[in-house]
Amino acid sequence: MRDGRGTVKRKAGLRLWLSGGWLAIVALLTLLAGWISPHDPLAQDLFAARLPPFWVDGAEPGFLLGTDSLGRDVLSRIIYGGRIALTVAVIAGLATAVIGSVLGLIAGYYRGWADAVISRLVDIWMAFPPVLFAILLIAVLGTGLWSIVIAIIVIDWTRFCRVVRAEAMNQSQMDYVSSAVVAGHVRAAILWREIGPNVLPTIVALLTLEMGIAVIVEAILSFVNLSISTDAPTWGGMIAEGRISIHQAWWVLVCPLIVLFLTVLAFSQFGEGLKDRFDPVLR
Amino acid sequence: MMAITLFGAAVIVFVVIRIVPGNPIAMMLPPGATDEDIARLTAHYGLDKSIPEQFVVWLTGVLQGDFGTSISLRQPVMPLVLGRLPATLELSIFALVLAVIIGGAMALTGTRFRGGRTEAVIDVANGAGLSIPDFLWALVLILTLGVLYPVFHISGRISPSLDLPFTTQFYAFESILRLRFDLWWDLLKHMFMPALALAIPLAAIIGQLLKQSLKETMHLDYVVLARTKGYGENHVILFEALRNAVLPTLTLIGVQFTFLIGGTVIIERLFSYEGLGNMAIDAVINRDLPLIQGIVLVFALLFTVVNLVVDLTYALLNPRLRHA
Amino acid sequence: MTPFLQIENLSAVIRGTSDRLLRSVSLEVNSGEVCGLVGESGAGKSMIGKAVLGILPAAVEIAEGQVQLDDEDLLAMPQADRRRLIGAKAALIPQDPLTALNPSRRIGPQITDRLIDILGWTRRDAANRAAELLDEVHIDNPQRVLASYPHELSGGMRQRVLIASAFAANPKLVIADEPTTALDVTVQKQILRLIREMQERHGTAMLFVTHDLGVVSKVCQRLTVLFAGKVIEQADVADFYAGPRHGYSKALLAATPKFTEPFTSLMPVDRAVITAVTAEIEAADGAWHHG
Repeated sequence: MRDGRGTVKRKAGLRLWLSGGWLAIVALLTLLAGWISPHDPLAQDLFAARLPPFWVDGAEPGFLLGTDSLGRDVLSRIIYGGRIALTVAVIAGLATAVIGSVLGLIAGYYRGWADAVISRLVDIWMAFPPVLFAILLIAVLGTGLWSIVIAIIVIDWTRFCRVVRAEAMNQSQMDYVSSAVVAGHVRAAILWREIGPNVLPTIVALLTLEMGIAVIVEAILSFVNLSISTDAPTWGGMIAEGRISIHQAWWVLVCPLIVLFLTVLAFSQFGEGLKDRFDPVLR
Repeated sequence: MMAITLFGAAVIVFVVIRIVPGNPIAMMLPPGATDEDIARLTAHYGLDKSIPEQFVVWLTGVLQGDFGTSISLRQPVMPLVLGRLPATLELSIFALVLAVIIGGAMALTGTRFRGGRTEAVIDVANGAGLSIPDFLWALVLILTLGVLYPVFHISGRISPSLDLPFTTQFYAFESILRLRFDLWWDLLKHMFMPALALAIPLAAIIGQLLKQSLKETMHLDYVVLARTKGYGENHVILFEALRNAVLPTLTLIGVQFTFLIGGTVIIERLFSYEGLGNMAIDAVINRDLPLIQGIVLVFALLFTVVNLVVDLTYALLNPRLRHA
Repeated sequence: MTPFLQIENLSAVIRGTSDRLLRSVSLEVNSGEVCGLVGESGAGKSMIGKAVLGILPAAVEIAEGQVQLDDEDLLAMPQADRRRLIGAKAALIPQDPLTALNPSRRIGPQITDRLIDILGWTRRDAANRAAELLDEVHIDNPQRVLASYPHELSGGMRQRVLIASAFAANPKLVIADEPTTALDVTVQKQILRLIREMQERHGTAMLFVTHDLGVVSKVCQRLTVLFAGKVIEQADVADFYAGPRHGYSKALLAATPKFTEPFTSLMPVDRAVITAVTAEIEAADGAWHHG
């Protein structure tokens, strides 16, 4: 048994390092985009259109990952696209976590009419196809970074709400909560001091998952051409363009797809790794 | 309960799309249209009334089976939606079947060879399937099986060159009934990749959860007793453990299947598959309010029906509930 | 005549270690004889039955020894053959009737499945046999019970069903693993009488695993006392109750309140005796590890 748990822990550690490492690289690249990126991501050069990446014949040394059909540098666009993706991930992820968790805590701890209203809302939300809902919201709010953030909050608060509500209900039945009640503490204080810290690991693990989801939602929206603006470099937008010219210039699709794939994978594995590490049962 | 959820969904969509900026009427008319023309058409579609008034008119219509008229396509919404629904249903159900087959096979194999390398490989595959959403799997599939090794078609529902003898919109189903396996094969080649992309995350969930509950079940006394009766591991897994282990997975499949149906929206777009989701995105882009409402309501109804079916199946499989 | 079940020098360890759960156990059960296997919880008495039936937990493996059932060496056979042989010749009466029946299958098939699948009976014969068996275990209205699901029956009824199922294929050996422990005190007596009755009617050899010396005196002809996976004493029941030879057996017997009155729980065995017997086993273990 001792050995079994050891391997679990080592695996979780490796997972955390790998996924965390990738996220750190992406974050660093996007933070330093202005200095690192070899070209202006918007600069078009029709004479240098569809240049292949460096390992293919006919590549130009200045364009590591080649250029798209308008002659824009793929690498630079990926780096600047990462900036948008990560901004959305962090802001939308945090905001969704806060709003969803607060509602979930209220519903799960206070129960009563607040729980009835919130749970009913969650039910209604579950009846919408989320992607369609997001697209609809962008149509209402107009394109732009903040619209995407708001759309993600509006469609995904239920994820936190459901989980945190269940967790808060579990926790409030524990003995330590009863003894706090007996000791005469105010309910809000109990919620903050006793229940909150115990629900926090769950929220943190969900938060990293949510960041991955936010990256995907942003990509989907820019794929449907409803993201920031038509020419801003986004991973989803690049994939949409690459999808069209897939037979002529596959790298325009493949390069951002690999980056997107790894980033989403890293977010979710980071979350899983955190969950393993902080799960009181495994620990 | 169901009715309240559906009503709530209808109200929210109705209000949300009524605050969409951009006048749909202005969008459908040619550039030279006068303000007067726009006003006249706006009145024609009832868009000049207040939002509560519009809602009452719409709801009265819906209750009588009239979902209004699509602004961009200038046809009644109901037949438009019903015309596209079968394509989406076929895709979702095919994806569900794929997910159950793949996930079930992973769970059974993992249980049969538990503790070994096979199980470790299955766990890694499940992990990957779980953390990558359908949208990305679809792109990966397009690249690999669509472009690199073009085995399947990457766009559309059926090859446009084919003559279609169908009287319903359930092409795949009808082609089997008509014994037109050539058409069925063509449909399958179009449907396979979008369905697989939708199926992978669900298959991973089924594989993981079913394996876990199977492994727990394998330690129970009645399974151990079955071994002393002379049965081998395969029989014990399939005939003693599976039926009891499947129940927790089944409840989960309900919610997850609605997620899968929700996923068809973007997957259909990605594969230019002529289903409801693809139509929905067009409707949003064209600000086609009646059409959006109709489609969203149909999705909400579909989700509710799925949950109902799962509840019924659960009761059917669990003898304790059947007799209660 | 060789015994029907013969266990020789059987040791089981926690997989991958040399921590022994069974320490060179030798044991015989003759045809038609009931042999008691007694020990406190954790003594490894259930482990012996599981080793014979081939249902040891995955974490336990057999390190040495032989198990012969009807002159066939069980441990030397391929797993599938072994299971078929056991399915045909042996059966288990499990400890907890509440968990030993599959909740999603009707009672009937759970009694007849072995007859049809392993022994090749026809469905009709198997169904008739099942009704007959329920009659033998004194269940009224067998047809209704055969069509029921486990949750519709009481604990005592389920144990009767499991006894019927164990005797279904006319096994030569039945292993009863604490068959009354999980039942109400009032039901225990009836079930015990029923097991004895079935054993006599079918002339089956039986290994009766229990922690209760009082029960042994009612059911068994011979008994084996086990401590920490080691056989402490083997004797005829009459001789044993007249005066056990080993110190631990004496203490165990002394801790059984009144063996004429079964179904009372064991009192703790004297500490000093346990220390002594543990030291004895440790000495033997040292020899095993170095031998």
